[in-house]
Amino acid sequence: MKVHEYQAKQLFKAFNVPVPEGRMAESAEEAFQIAEELGYPCVIKAQVHAGGRGKAGGVKLAKNSDEAKEYANAIVGMKLVSPQTGPEGKRVRRVLVEQGLSIAKELYLAIIVDREKEMPVIMASSEGGVEIEEVAARTPELIHKVHIHPISGLSGYHIRQLTFKLNLNKTQSKHFTSMLQNLYRLFEAKDASLVEINPLIITDTDDVIALDGKINFDDNGLFRHPDVGEMRDIHEEEPREVEASKYDLNYIKLDGNIGCMVNGAGLAMATMDIIKYYGGEPANFLDVGGGTSEERVKEAFKILLGDPNTQGVFVNIFGGIVRTDLVAKGIVNAVKGMELKVPIVIRLVGTNEEEGRRIIEESRMNVIAETSLPDAAQKVVELCNH
Amino acid sequence: MAILVNKDSRIVVQGFTGREGTFHATQMIEYGTPVKAGVTPGKGGIRHLDRPVFNSVEEAVKNEGVNVSVIFVPQAFAADAVMEAADAGIQVIVCITEGIPTLDMVKAKNFIKTTSSRLIGPNCPGVITPGEAKVGIMPARIHQKGHIGIVSRSGTLTYEAVNQITQLGMGQSTAVGIGGDPIIGSNFIDILRLFNEDPETEAVVLIGEIGGTMEEDAARYIKKNLDKPVVSFISGQTAPPGRRMGHAGAIISGGKGTAVEKMKALRENGIHVVETPSEIGSTVKKVLEKQI
Repeated sequence: MKVHEYQAKQLFKAFNVPVPEGRMAESAEEAFQIAEELGYPCVIKAQVHAGGRGKAGGVKLAKNSDEAKEYANAIVGMKLVSPQTGPEGKRVRRVLVEQGLSIAKELYLAIIVDREKEMPVIMASSEGGVEIEEVAARTPELIHKVHIHPISGLSGYHIRQLTFKLNLNKTQSKHFTSMLQNLYRLFEAKDASLVEINPLIITDTDDVIALDGKINFDDNGLFRHPDVGEMRDIHEEEPREVEASKYDLNYIKLDGNIGCMVNGAGLAMATMDIIKYYGGEPANFLDVGGGTSEERVKEAFKILLGDPNTQGVFVNIFGGIVRTDLVAKGIVNAVKGMELKVPIVIRLVGTNEEEGRRIIEESRMNVIAETSLPDAAQKVVELCNH
Repeated sequence: MAILVNKDSRIVVQGFTGREGTFHATQMIEYGTPVKAGVTPGKGGIRHLDRPVFNSVEEAVKNEGVNVSVIFVPQAFAADAVMEAADAGIQVIVCITEGIPTLDMVKAKNFIKTTSSRLIGPNCPGVITPGEAKVGIMPARIHQKGHIGIVSRSGTLTYEAVNQITQLGMGQSTAVGIGGDPIIGSNFIDILRLFNEDPETEAVVLIGEIGGTMEEDAARYIKKNLDKPVVSFISGQTAPPGRRMGHAGAIISGGKGTAVEKMKALRENGIHVVETPSEIGSTVKKVLEKQI
């Protein structure tokens, strides 16, 4: 789960990780008020779940009231387009207004779980304020990594390794140390999957401050952090994906025209792959998981058919313990209630599959039953490519 | 022979009396799996599904000599259940649970490394040695005793491969679901090593997906160490970057972990990689026939 910069900074503040003075605003007027309160220079930053905001004109330094008013009006409500948002861009509904700070140095700092080493890793670099992928590509030796074993936890020597490699002076190191101890505590306490500060600045008074802040949370940990769950901004998510999550359906929108409904994530990905293999374009990833009840099948269909790009639906269910005749019944009943304008190809394998297929054939709806996966995939691609 | 579980295993079910535990243990028992006991803290002393229930894994080990555990405990408590089993000396721990927080698994995995236990999963369908022991939630009916070892990150996609193999008259020595999470107990190499040493296994099917570098590591291991042919399918060629595709571990991060990269690494190391999941069975057959 992603959160906005202002929310990440709220958490930083709660854990004593220094951030600039600032507040979130939801209108240009509010943003201007905050700017006036903070004084100048101040920064107005678009709040969207995407990077590249600066280059897209979503981050502006205001040196006086006129500029603050101008930038607030320009940024609140703008359509921000960056490589990360895609061409459709994102509408900016909130901004963060912060005091401007004197920057002596810009560093990079991140904490992530290293799945290969199976423990968290802290990454720091003197090359802050730029795309870290570029630093990794051009000068990887400037990215320093320390792995934190669960038994040692974050220990003094880990932090010293970083402060020496970053060439921090004594005061800067002291501030960096307490900041990192607090940041690591936040990472563990809130089940984060990524904490990234780029840039982490050193001011001309040797203070260490998070000028930007990004936190991604482990979805598997949300059940024990209701406060984090409340930070979810559904406006930053694809509406159909939000709808799907209400019914515990794992749905990801793609660009194609063949809607997919599958049980099991691996099989769902493989189904998208096989559609592409036969020349079609999947419209989505959808894993209905273990509980293929009539209710969930109905909701899944509603979501798939709600995508205006859908010209056909491919259902691929490999029923293990789930009875495929019940799945067939669920599908038929779900479809009965709707005005079906597109063909559906269903491939059902599993317990009582003959019964399942019979139920589909007898429904006499525009639903075609197949057993062979390649045949079913080819059929649906044919029907949608006419 | 087979690997990990067989008719001589003594199995305990953690989360025995819960809904999931009861449902799946019933199916396991129906299959003839040697389930000897269950654990549900607080229900020690009763009998369930005609087996004794204990308050702890330690008691189950002491009283029934169990050496394999299958875990049907909810996400909030599953990592704890894994560590309890390892601490009690269980040799093979199969954790079915999906949704365990990653930081819990960091702890559990690093703890297990200090014991002699082997963890399979979490977020996996389990392990089955057809005809002997079903330790998990896979549909028994599609399996058949044979000589093909299966190791997979997926659930239903594994069943797809198993079904093809059975339909073509071949069978499985053991099918292992290693799970879809980013941190798991056993990776491909761990299981391949076992298949390599298993006289019953003649060929291996490896089913991977986007995310991480397990398949690439396995490819190099196979080239260097495996005497048996491997057929592989990698799902997620069409997955967009940066999105978690169902499985917590199925995510292309910073350009790394794509299906295309994995397929390339596998092919470069002599593995037969198929383009679609429906070719797995037929390719295994062709590969084996050439051997003869």
